[in-house]
Amino acid sequence: MAVVLETAQPRRAPLARLFGSASGRQYSPALSLLLVTPLIILLVFGFFYPVGRMLFNSLFDPGFTLDNYIRIFTEPLYLRVLWRTFEVAFYVTVSALLVGYPVAYAMARLKTRWALVVAACVLIPLWTSVLVRSYAWIILLQRHGILNDLLIGLGVTSEPLRMIYTEGAVYLAMTHVLLPFMILPLFSVLKTIPDELPRAALNLGAGPVTVFVKVIVPLSLPGVFAGTLLTFILALGFYITPALVGGPQILMMATLIGQQATMLLDWPFAGALATVLLILTLLLAFAFRRVLAFSKGFQGGH
Amino acid sequence: MKGASVTIAGVGKSFGKVAAVRDVSLDVRAGEFLSLLGPSGSGKTTLLMMIAGFEMPDGGTIRIGARDVTQVPPNKRDVGMVFQKYALFPHMTVADNIAFPLKMRKVARAEIARRAAEALALVRLDGYGARMPAQLSGGQQQRVAVARALVFEPPVLLMDEPLGALDKKLREQMQIEIKRIQEQLGVTVVYVTHDQEEAMTMSDRVAAMNEGGLAQIGTPGDLYLRPNSAFVADFIGKMNFVEAEYLGSDDAHAVVRLGERTTLHTPRGLNGSAALLAAGAPVRLAVRPERLRLAARGAGGDGAIPGTVEEAIFVGSFRVFLVGLDGRAGEPVHVQSPADTAQAAFAKGDPIDLVLDGAAVHLFPGG
Repeated sequence: MAVVLETAQPRRAPLARLFGSASGRQYSPALSLLLVTPLIILLVFGFFYPVGRMLFNSLFDPGFTLDNYIRIFTEPLYLRVLWRTFEVAFYVTVSALLVGYPVAYAMARLKTRWALVVAACVLIPLWTSVLVRSYAWIILLQRHGILNDLLIGLGVTSEPLRMIYTEGAVYLAMTHVLLPFMILPLFSVLKTIPDELPRAALNLGAGPVTVFVKVIVPLSLPGVFAGTLLTFILALGFYITPALVGGPQILMMATLIGQQATMLLDWPFAGALATVLLILTLLLAFAFRRVLAFSKGFQGGH
Repeated sequence: MKGASVTIAGVGKSFGKVAAVRDVSLDVRAGEFLSLLGPSGSGKTTLLMMIAGFEMPDGGTIRIGARDVTQVPPNKRDVGMVFQKYALFPHMTVADNIAFPLKMRKVARAEIARRAAEALALVRLDGYGARMPAQLSGGQQQRVAVARALVFEPPVLLMDEPLGALDKKLREQMQIEIKRIQEQLGVTVVYVTHDQEEAMTMSDRVAAMNEGGLAQIGTPGDLYLRPNSAFVADFIGKMNFVEAEYLGSDDAHAVVRLGERTTLHTPRGLNGSAALLAAGAPVRLAVRPERLRLAARGAGGDGAIPGTVEEAIFVGSFRVFLVGLDGRAGEPVHVQSPADTAQAAFAKGDPIDLVLDGAAVHLFPGG
């Protein structure tokens, strides 16, 4: 018996050390690796490889060349599209913040079933396909769409207004589609502000507006940053909605990249455009992280 | 700063179908320390929130001094408030927290600095102004909350279980501190607590609340020695209850029967609802543990009830005996006696006589 035990123990030990854990609360490194392996495989073959390949193609043709990049920064059309993309993303983000903040605030503060109603209004669109929501805007805004019929029916206008395929339509539809990504981070931060803080401020003599400006807004800044960053980055790369409701005139980066790759089959140039957009997005994200780090102090105390 | 009176007249508040506060009338005198004491759900916090203006009463009026504030929004009431969880603004320094009410009142900058420093000194936190609330301990945060609530010199300070989050030792220290500040400033304090010991030690008067109503208001001594209901008798201090049968009463005494051979004359007639009871009606006798005495079986005299010591506990300055009464089910009776008397000799299992002093018995309608 004693012999069996002695030989059995050391043989099991290395495996146990590899997959077992010291505390029982943590997975061992090997097991952790095993758990993330599918994700890593997916990322490598589904993301890093194609992106790397596009980057490579944009730089080697077959010898090293910067032609594709020079083309982006010398032809006014492409610079204009790049600028327009950031401009649209900026306005969409600002309007999403302006529209989303009150909604998130209401969701966080309402106690009754109204909070559920508001949450449903935010989440159900999120669970609906972007394509469906974009087509919905077309139905609303098109020449003989619901809105135009209504306006004519009411006698506000005799001719149908041009609403679809305009910049305004892009702003409107993108703001609507991206709104949940602004509201949810805001909501999660606003929800953590205890009721007692606005009450204390009221009690100390602050009016409702001052309470909002001096207490609620500063404490919600981490959510503002998170929602703004998320919305802005998503807006930069938005494809379907601007393509559908903006039409060919409102060209944005994602649409341009799509045209180059699938219609003109100019993969190296599409790769260069994608790389420029990716680098600018990353720069922006890092810049935001900096700002976020500054606001860390606000989160203390909870 | 001088305190103002708070006059609450016929105030009620319902949430949906639940009446949180029903028809409470209460006068808090200027400069008084008054506690609202009651179990959770007794309406004490709702009443406080109505004084602060966070809840609007369904009916009745609330006055602070001569001013009717019933319809005044909370930011115009000029009452200080200390919240259960301090409610300091986490994104402001201690100094900015304390300066907040002064800024709201557009006090000059130099004046703000001076008064904020004074307020910090009052709560013995000089030099802590530059810290963030998260860098302070719970007790220190509570001191800052008190300084912030007092810096604008409100005539009334409301406190909502302010010491609930602190450990026992710190709590006792803060009780003394709050009392010192209140006496130094002369501010009227309305203090909500469910801790009867805290209410007794700190208050000039205690308002005991039960199920949304005012059960009794009086000095701590009044409530302890002359409870007007079984609820107050039970809630404040330790109280033994013994079921008995009402036999009748003359001018000065009520006569109750405790058992086959025991009748007792209590000197007060009926407490609480002065309903006249029919002979034979059930009543509850209430006696404090320190007003009971043990005697050897057979040595207790006329008013004694036979029982058995179920447990003898040495506490230090006194002993507690848990006594089971012969022929009665229910909770054992607590008897508290000085550690050095002859009674200390009784041990677990001893048959004894429980001696009731008729003068110490409170009589409440039973059933």
